[in-house]
Amino acid sequence: MMRRSDCLKVLARHVTDADIVLPVYSTAFDWIDIRPHPLNYLSHGAMGLASSHALGLALGRPDKRVIVLDGDGSLLMNLGSLVTIGAAAPPNLFHFVCENGTYEANGGHPIPGRDKIDFAGFARAAGYRVVYDFSDLGVFEQQIGAVLSETGPVFADLKISSSGQQERDYSRLHGPHVRKAFRDALTAS
Amino acid sequence: MPSASTAIRTPEGVLNGASIIREIKASRIEFVVSVPDITTSEGLLRPLAQESEPRLIRVCKEDEGVGICAGLSYCGRRSLLLIQQTGLFDSINAIRGVAVEYGLPICMMVGLLEKEPGVPPRQSKRYGVRIVEPVLEAMGITYHEIEAEADVGKIAPAIGTAYAEMRPVVLLVGRRPS
Repeated sequence: MMRRSDCLKVLARHVTDADIVLPVYSTAFDWIDIRPHPLNYLSHGAMGLASSHALGLALGRPDKRVIVLDGDGSLLMNLGSLVTIGAAAPPNLFHFVCENGTYEANGGHPIPGRDKIDFAGFARAAGYRVVYDFSDLGVFEQQIGAVLSETGPVFADLKISSSGQQERDYSRLHGPHVRKAFRDALTAS
Repeated sequence: MPSASTAIRTPEGVLNGASIIREIKASRIEFVVSVPDITTSEGLLRPLAQESEPRLIRVCKEDEGVGICAGLSYCGRRSLLLIQQTGLFDSINAIRGVAVEYGLPICMMVGLLEKEPGVPPRQSKRYGVRIVEPVLEAMGITYHEIEAEADVGKIAPAIGTAYAEMRPVVLLVGRRPS
């Protein structure tokens, strides 16, 4: 089991200024502190749609790596997106899932099927080209460079511990200034 | 805001799928994102699927399409979500948050399942048809009825306006295009 913030710090060292990153909910608040950047795409509504926004961005900007940092509860709300992404097969889409077994942003309740379901198995069956499963930070640190060098769609399940309470100012994700900053940065990039 | 069709509707009226596809292409739509809809299945989706442009992205559920179209819009790529009104209803939260509150040009072409040809949606005997326009009005979403060939000319301006003004639009297809 890894700590999410440790995983994100490792990942941040391999993300370039050209990459688009879509972090979800609790991960988003950690990520924007670890790696604030105008190409962080933060406004993806609710109900697990980040992976779908990521597919749109990957199709629209095939010259860029699009990295979505999903949550397990979020992905369960949009499991069909795995099949859609597998079928559309964008080579520039990298789909990470931070699996802590809880709806952390909504009270820490367990997700259905906790400890029984296999997200990497879902992705593999849905047609992702490459699938990883990490539960050891050292292994993740050793392999992340290779993961981000793969031809996508790539899926990586990160087994993390729950982070507990977190300060969440949602205007940092959903404010109009956030979307304008992203749009301007993407247009210029 | 919502606009009602001024076209004369007749039960024997026709709607040409090729005309609609021509308008979609004239609107510079590069991606059609779709869950199959029985009203538009043969006249629109099937011929669109046989062409390389616009690219067809088949999705499992309609709200996925809202997200995909949102991502594409940030890239300056135009898209059309081709769905049924049942999928529109199912996607209301995504449309509320992503299309309306974020102010994104999510363009939706919506087949009206079980609408009687020539009958205005509000006068349909089907509850699932009658409530479509009131729901869109409650959400503040502009819509246009595409019921007859004379309505096809609304498509390109409606999509153009959605992108120019950064807001969603719904095109309600009220009969099966030939």
